[in-house]
Amino acid sequence: MNVWIAIGVTAVGCYAVKLAGLLVPGSVLERPLVRRLAALLPVALLAALTAQQTFGDGRELVLDARVLGVGAAGVALALRAPFLVVVGVAVAVTAGVRALL
Amino acid sequence: MAHETAHTERPEPGDTGGGKPDAAVVRDALGVGVAVGLSGFAFGVTSAGAGLTLLQTCMTSLLIFTGASQFALVGALAAGGNPFTAAAGAFFLGIRNAFYGLRLSQLLALRGPVRPAAAQWVIDETTAVALAQPTRRAARIGFTVTGVTLYLLWNLTTLLGALGAEAIGDTEAWGLDAAGPAVFLALLAPMLRGTVERATAALAVVLGLGLLPVLPAGVPVLVAALAAPAVLYVRGRRDSGRVRRSESRGNEEEQR
Repeated sequence: MNVWIAIGVTAVGCYAVKLAGLLVPGSVLERPLVRRLAALLPVALLAALTAQQTFGDGRELVLDARVLGVGAAGVALALRAPFLVVVGVAVAVTAGVRALL
Repeated sequence: MAHETAHTERPEPGDTGGGKPDAAVVRDALGVGVAVGLSGFAFGVTSAGAGLTLLQTCMTSLLIFTGASQFALVGALAAGGNPFTAAAGAFFLGIRNAFYGLRLSQLLALRGPVRPAAAQWVIDETTAVALAQPTRRAARIGFTVTGVTLYLLWNLTTLLGALGAEAIGDTEAWGLDAAGPAVFLALLAPMLRGTVERATAALAVVLGLGLLPVLPAGVPVLVAALAAPAVLYVRGRRDSGRVRRSESRGNEEEQR
Protein backbone atom coordinates (compact mmCIF):
# COMPACT_ATOMS: atom_id res chain seq x y z
CA MET A 1 0.00 0.00 0.00
CA ASN A 2 2.82 2.36 0.91
CA VAL A 3 4.30 1.91 -2.55
CA TRP A 4 1.01 2.90 -4.21
CA ILE A 5 0.74 5.99 -1.99
CA ALA A 6 4.29 7.01 -2.95
CA ILE A 7 3.60 6.45 -6.68
CA GLY A 8 0.32 8.39 -6.47
CA VAL A 9 1.76 11.36 -4.57
CA THR A 10 4.81 11.56 -6.86
CA ALA A 11 2.69 11.27 -10.02
CA VAL A 12 0.34 14.07 -8.95
CA GLY A 13 3.22 16.29 -7.80
CA CYS A 14 5.35 15.75 -10.91
CA TYR A 15 2.40 16.32 -13.27
CA ALA A 16 1.43 19.47 -11.37
CA VAL A 17 4.87 21.06 -11.79
CA LYS A 18 4.97 20.15 -15.49
CA LEU A 19 1.56 21.74 -16.04
CA ALA A 20 2.40 24.74 -13.85
CA GLY A 21 5.32 25.59 -16.14
CA LEU A 22 2.96 25.73 -19.13
CA LEU A 23 0.30 27.78 -17.31
CA VAL A 24 2.11 30.13 -14.91
CA PRO A 25 2.99 33.61 -16.24
CA GLY A 26 6.69 33.84 -17.06
CA SER A 27 7.46 36.64 -14.61
CA VAL A 28 6.95 34.37 -11.57
CA LEU A 29 9.63 31.86 -12.50
CA GLU A 30 11.98 34.13 -14.42
CA ARG A 31 13.59 35.73 -11.35
CA PRO A 32 17.35 35.03 -11.45
CA LEU A 33 17.51 33.59 -7.91
CA VAL A 34 14.61 31.19 -8.55
CA ARG A 35 16.20 30.01 -11.79
CA ARG A 36 19.60 29.56 -10.17
CA LEU A 37 18.10 27.53 -7.36
CA ALA A 38 16.04 25.37 -9.72
CA ALA A 39 19.13 24.59 -11.78
CA LEU A 40 21.22 23.75 -8.71
CA LEU A 41 18.66 21.62 -6.87
CA PRO A 42 19.05 18.59 -9.19
CA VAL A 43 22.85 18.81 -8.76
CA ALA A 44 22.52 18.44 -4.97
CA LEU A 45 19.89 15.68 -5.19
CA LEU A 46 21.67 13.63 -7.85
CA ALA A 47 25.02 13.88 -6.04
CA ALA A 48 23.50 12.73 -2.75
CA LEU A 49 21.57 9.91 -4.44
CA THR A 50 24.63 8.69 -6.34
CA ALA A 51 26.68 8.57 -3.14
CA GLN A 52 23.95 6.91 -1.07
CA GLN A 53 23.17 4.22 -3.60
CA THR A 54 26.88 3.49 -4.06
CA PHE A 55 27.83 3.29 -0.36
CA GLY A 56 24.54 2.80 1.47
CA ASP A 57 23.04 -0.47 2.64
CA GLY A 58 19.87 0.34 4.52
CA ARG A 59 21.13 2.80 7.14
CA GLU A 60 24.74 1.61 7.09
CA LEU A 61 27.65 2.70 4.95
CA VAL A 62 29.49 -0.19 3.29
CA LEU A 63 32.23 -0.74 0.71
CA ASP A 64 31.26 -3.46 -1.76
CA ALA A 65 31.36 -4.31 -5.47
CA ARG A 66 29.09 -1.36 -6.33
CA VAL A 67 31.95 1.08 -5.62
CA LEU A 68 34.04 -0.44 -8.41
CA GLY A 69 31.01 -0.63 -10.71
CA VAL A 70 30.07 3.02 -10.26
CA GLY A 71 33.77 3.97 -10.48
CA ALA A 72 33.95 2.21 -13.84
CA ALA A 73 30.82 4.11 -14.92
CA GLY A 74 32.67 7.32 -14.02
CA VAL A 75 35.56 6.30 -16.25
CA ALA A 76 33.10 5.50 -19.07
CA LEU A 77 31.55 8.96 -18.64
CA ALA A 78 34.96 10.61 -18.79
CA LEU A 79 35.52 8.75 -22.08
CA ARG A 80 32.19 10.17 -23.33
CA ALA A 81 30.48 6.79 -23.60
CA PRO A 82 26.74 6.89 -24.41
CA PHE A 83 24.21 6.65 -21.56
CA LEU A 84 23.36 2.97 -21.99
CA VAL A 85 27.03 1.97 -22.17
CA VAL A 86 27.72 3.83 -18.91
CA VAL A 87 24.94 1.95 -17.12
CA GLY A 88 25.96 -1.35 -18.74
CA VAL A 89 29.59 -0.95 -17.60
CA ALA A 90 28.48 -0.31 -14.00
CA VAL A 91 26.29 -3.42 -13.99
CA ALA A 92 28.89 -5.66 -15.69
CA VAL A 93 31.79 -4.61 -13.44
CA THR A 94 29.68 -4.98 -10.27
CA ALA A 95 28.50 -8.44 -11.33
CA GLY A 96 32.03 -9.44 -12.34
CA VAL A 97 33.55 -8.38 -9.00
CA ARG A 98 30.81 -10.23 -7.08
CA ALA A 99 31.42 -13.37 -9.13
CA LEU A 100 35.16 -13.25 -8.39
CA LEU A 101 34.97 -12.57 -4.63
CA MET B 1 19.44 11.52 -20.09
CA ALA B 2 19.92 15.21 -20.74
CA HIS B 3 23.51 14.23 -21.36
CA GLU B 4 22.42 12.04 -24.29
CA THR B 5 20.53 14.78 -26.02
CA ALA B 6 23.45 17.19 -25.96
CA HIS B 7 24.87 15.52 -29.05
CA THR B 8 21.70 15.63 -31.09
CA GLU B 9 20.68 19.17 -30.16
CA ARG B 10 22.80 20.85 -32.76
CA PRO B 11 21.32 21.28 -36.23
CA GLU B 12 22.80 19.16 -38.98
CA PRO B 13 25.82 20.80 -40.66
CA GLY B 14 24.05 21.15 -44.01
CA ASP B 15 21.03 22.95 -42.59
CA THR B 16 20.30 26.52 -43.50
CA GLY B 17 18.55 27.17 -40.18
CA GLY B 18 15.44 29.04 -41.28
CA GLY B 19 13.96 26.36 -43.52
CA LYS B 20 14.72 23.09 -41.76
CA PRO B 21 12.80 20.31 -43.53
CA ASP B 22 10.17 18.47 -41.47
CA ALA B 23 11.86 15.15 -42.22
CA ALA B 24 15.11 16.37 -40.64
CA VAL B 25 13.25 17.44 -37.50
CA VAL B 26 11.50 14.09 -37.30
CA ARG B 27 14.82 12.28 -37.74
CA ASP B 28 16.46 14.25 -34.89
CA ALA B 29 13.46 13.68 -32.65
CA LEU B 30 13.30 9.96 -33.37
CA GLY B 31 17.01 9.61 -32.63
CA VAL B 32 16.64 11.13 -29.18
CA GLY B 33 13.39 9.31 -28.49
CA VAL B 34 14.80 5.89 -29.38
CA ALA B 35 18.15 6.32 -27.59
CA VAL B 36 16.64 7.52 -24.34
CA GLY B 37 13.51 5.41 -24.57
CA LEU B 38 15.67 2.29 -24.48
CA SER B 39 17.02 3.27 -21.08
CA GLY B 40 13.58 2.57 -19.64
CA PHE B 41 14.98 -0.95 -19.57
CA ALA B 42 17.39 0.12 -16.80
CA PHE B 43 14.48 1.58 -14.86
CA GLY B 44 12.35 -1.55 -15.18
CA VAL B 45 15.22 -3.69 -13.92
CA THR B 46 16.06 -1.33 -11.04
CA SER B 47 12.44 -0.99 -9.99
CA ALA B 48 11.88 -4.75 -9.95
CA GLY B 49 15.14 -5.17 -8.04
CA ALA B 50 13.87 -2.60 -5.52
CA GLY B 51 10.89 -4.87 -4.84
CA LEU B 52 8.09 -3.14 -6.78
CA THR B 53 5.58 -5.39 -8.51
CA LEU B 54 5.26 -5.47 -12.30
CA LEU B 55 2.11 -3.34 -12.15
CA GLN B 56 3.69 -0.81 -9.77
CA THR B 57 6.76 -0.52 -11.99
CA CYS B 58 4.70 0.05 -15.14
CA MET B 59 2.36 2.54 -13.47
CA THR B 60 5.40 4.51 -12.27
CA SER B 61 6.62 4.96 -15.85
CA LEU B 62 3.13 5.66 -17.22
CA LEU B 63 2.10 8.20 -14.58
CA ILE B 64 5.29 9.85 -13.35
CA PHE B 65 7.25 9.75 -16.64
CA THR B 66 10.35 11.68 -15.64
CA GLY B 67 13.37 9.43 -15.34
CA ALA B 68 15.43 10.80 -12.46
CA SER B 69 12.36 11.11 -10.22
CA GLN B 70 11.40 7.50 -10.96
CA PHE B 71 14.84 6.17 -10.04
CA ALA B 72 14.89 8.28 -6.88
CA LEU B 73 11.44 7.05 -5.86
CA VAL B 74 12.16 3.33 -6.19
CA GLY B 75 15.58 3.78 -4.57
CA ALA B 76 14.03 5.47 -1.53
CA LEU B 77 11.31 2.82 -1.29
CA ALA B 78 13.92 0.05 -1.49
CA ALA B 79 15.83 1.68 1.37
CA GLY B 80 12.67 1.52 3.49
CA GLY B 81 11.73 5.20 3.38
CA ASN B 82 8.16 6.19 4.21
CA PRO B 83 6.05 6.97 1.13
CA PHE B 84 5.96 10.72 1.70
CA THR B 85 9.70 11.26 2.19
CA ALA B 86 10.29 9.01 -0.84
CA ALA B 87 7.80 11.06 -2.88
CA ALA B 88 9.32 14.35 -1.67
CA GLY B 89 12.78 13.46 -3.01
CA ALA B 90 11.31 12.43 -6.36
CA PHE B 91 9.16 15.57 -6.48
CA PHE B 92 12.09 17.93 -5.88
CA LEU B 93 13.95 16.31 -8.77
CA GLY B 94 10.89 16.95 -10.97
CA ILE B 95 10.71 20.68 -10.23
CA ARG B 96 13.07 21.50 -13.09
CA ASN B 97 10.31 20.45 -15.50
CA ALA B 98 8.33 23.57 -14.50
CA PHE B 99 11.13 25.69 -15.94
CA TYR B 100 11.14 23.65 -19.13
CA GLY B 101 7.38 24.20 -19.39
CA LEU B 102 7.91 27.91 -19.08
CA ARG B 103 10.29 27.97 -22.04
CA LEU B 104 8.10 25.62 -24.08
CA SER B 105 4.85 27.53 -23.55
CA GLN B 106 6.41 30.59 -25.17
CA LEU B 107 8.09 28.59 -27.93
CA LEU B 108 5.22 26.27 -28.89
CA ALA B 109 2.37 28.73 -28.17
CA LEU B 110 0.04 25.89 -27.20
CA ARG B 111 -3.70 26.56 -27.07
CA GLY B 112 -5.44 26.13 -23.70
CA PRO B 113 -7.08 22.72 -24.23
CA VAL B 114 -3.83 21.16 -25.54
CA ARG B 115 -1.75 22.12 -22.51
CA PRO B 116 -2.95 19.50 -20.01
CA ALA B 117 -2.23 16.77 -22.58
CA ALA B 118 1.17 18.17 -23.58
CA ALA B 119 2.23 18.66 -19.94
CA GLN B 120 3.07 14.99 -19.33
CA TRP B 121 5.76 15.20 -22.03
CA VAL B 122 7.50 18.26 -20.61
CA ILE B 123 10.85 16.64 -19.69
CA ASP B 124 14.59 17.00 -20.38
CA GLU B 125 14.65 15.40 -23.82
CA THR B 126 11.54 16.92 -25.42
CA THR B 127 12.66 20.36 -24.23
CA ALA B 128 16.17 19.90 -25.60
CA VAL B 129 14.85 18.87 -29.03
CA ALA B 130 12.20 21.62 -29.19
CA LEU B 131 14.60 24.38 -28.13
CA ALA B 132 17.12 23.30 -30.78
CA GLN B 133 14.68 23.93 -33.65
CA PRO B 134 14.82 27.10 -35.77
CA THR B 135 11.07 27.70 -36.23
CA ARG B 136 7.85 27.27 -34.26
CA ARG B 137 6.59 24.66 -36.69
CA ALA B 138 9.81 22.65 -36.35
CA ALA B 139 9.72 23.01 -32.55
CA ARG B 140 6.15 21.68 -32.45
CA ILE B 141 7.05 18.70 -34.64
CA GLY B 142 10.20 18.03 -32.62
CA PHE B 143 8.35 18.19 -29.30
CA THR B 144 5.52 15.93 -30.47
CA VAL B 145 7.63 13.28 -32.20
CA THR B 146 10.11 13.11 -29.31
CA GLY B 147 7.25 12.97 -26.81
CA VAL B 148 5.34 10.17 -28.58
CA THR B 149 8.45 8.08 -29.31
CA LEU B 150 9.86 8.45 -25.84
CA TYR B 151 6.56 7.79 -24.06
CA LEU B 152 5.88 4.61 -26.02
CA LEU B 153 9.43 3.23 -25.83
CA TRP B 154 10.06 4.23 -22.20
CA ASN B 155 6.95 2.38 -21.09
CA LEU B 156 7.57 -0.63 -23.32
CA THR B 157 11.18 -1.02 -22.17
CA THR B 158 10.12 -0.51 -18.54
CA LEU B 159 7.83 -3.52 -18.92
CA LEU B 160 10.55 -5.58 -20.61
CA GLY B 161 13.12 -4.62 -17.97
CA ALA B 162 10.80 -5.57 -15.12
CA LEU B 163 9.94 -8.88 -16.78
CA GLY B 164 13.62 -9.56 -17.42
CA ALA B 165 14.54 -8.85 -13.79
CA GLU B 166 11.81 -11.18 -12.56
CA ALA B 167 13.02 -13.89 -14.90
CA ILE B 168 16.62 -13.81 -13.67
CA GLY B 169 15.68 -13.65 -9.97
CA ASP B 170 18.56 -12.34 -7.80
CA THR B 171 19.23 -8.92 -9.37
CA GLU B 172 22.17 -8.21 -7.04
CA ALA B 173 24.13 -11.22 -8.30
CA TRP B 174 23.88 -9.63 -11.75
CA GLY B 175 25.12 -6.28 -10.46
CA LEU B 176 21.83 -4.60 -11.28
CA ASP B 177 21.83 -2.62 -8.03
CA ALA B 178 24.64 -0.57 -9.61
CA ALA B 179 22.33 0.59 -12.45
CA GLY B 180 20.56 3.21 -10.28
CA PRO B 181 23.66 5.07 -9.06
CA ALA B 182 25.21 4.85 -12.56
CA VAL B 183 22.10 6.53 -14.01
CA PHE B 184 22.30 9.32 -11.42
CA LEU B 185 26.01 9.78 -12.12
CA ALA B 186 25.37 9.97 -15.87
CA LEU B 187 22.70 12.63 -15.32
CA LEU B 188 24.88 14.56 -12.87
CA ALA B 189 28.18 14.59 -14.80
CA PRO B 190 27.24 17.12 -17.51
CA MET B 191 25.85 19.48 -14.84
CA LEU B 192 29.19 19.78 -13.01
CA ARG B 193 30.50 22.62 -15.17
CA GLY B 194 31.39 25.32 -12.67
CA THR B 195 32.72 25.67 -9.15
CA VAL B 196 29.25 26.43 -7.78
CA GLU B 197 27.92 23.13 -9.15
CA ARG B 198 30.92 21.17 -7.87
CA ALA B 199 30.77 22.73 -4.41
CA THR B 200 27.04 21.93 -4.24
CA ALA B 201 27.62 18.32 -5.28
CA ALA B 202 30.46 17.86 -2.77
CA LEU B 203 28.42 19.30 0.11
CA ALA B 204 25.41 17.19 -0.86
CA VAL B 205 27.53 14.01 -0.86
CA VAL B 206 28.88 14.81 2.61
CA LEU B 207 25.37 15.52 3.94
CA GLY B 208 23.80 12.54 2.20
CA LEU B 209 26.35 10.04 3.49
CA GLY B 210 26.96 11.63 6.89
CA LEU B 211 23.28 11.72 7.80
CA LEU B 212 22.42 8.28 6.37
CA PRO B 213 23.10 6.37 9.63
CA VAL B 214 21.33 8.90 11.89
CA LEU B 215 18.15 10.02 10.10
CA PRO B 216 15.16 7.96 8.86
CA ALA B 217 15.44 6.57 5.30
CA GLY B 218 14.71 9.16 2.61
CA VAL B 219 15.28 12.17 4.87
CA PRO B 220 19.07 12.54 4.35
CA VAL B 221 18.51 13.22 0.61
CA LEU B 222 16.07 16.00 1.44
CA VAL B 223 18.56 17.58 3.85
CA ALA B 224 21.29 17.20 1.22
CA ALA B 225 19.12 19.23 -1.17
CA LEU B 226 19.75 22.20 1.14
CA ALA B 227 23.32 22.21 -0.23
CA ALA B 228 21.90 24.14 -3.22
CA PRO B 229 20.53 27.18 -1.31
CA ALA B 230 23.50 27.01 1.12
CA VAL B 231 26.09 27.27 -1.64
CA LEU B 232 24.10 29.98 -3.44
CA TYR B 233 23.89 31.95 -0.18
CA VAL B 234 27.63 31.74 0.49
CA ARG B 235 28.38 32.57 -3.13
CA GLY B 236 25.92 35.47 -3.07
CA ARG B 237 27.59 37.01 -0.03
CA ARG B 238 31.01 36.67 -1.58
CA ASP B 239 29.80 38.15 -4.86
CA SER B 240 27.77 41.00 -3.38
CA GLY B 241 30.42 43.46 -4.60
CA ARG B 242 30.50 41.91 -8.07
CA VAL B 243 26.85 41.70 -9.07
CA ARG B 244 27.49 41.84 -12.79
CA ARG B 245 28.94 38.35 -12.88
CA SER B 246 25.59 36.79 -12.07
CA GLU B 247 24.38 37.84 -15.49
CA SER B 248 27.07 35.92 -17.31
CA ARG B 249 26.34 32.92 -15.13
CA GLY B 250 22.75 33.00 -16.35
CA ASN B 251 24.03 31.89 -19.73
CA GLU B 252 25.16 28.55 -18.35
CA GLU B 253 21.59 27.76 -17.48
CA GLU B 254 20.43 28.50 -20.98
CA GLN B 255 22.35 25.44 -22.13
CA ARG B 256 20.53 23.13 -19.76
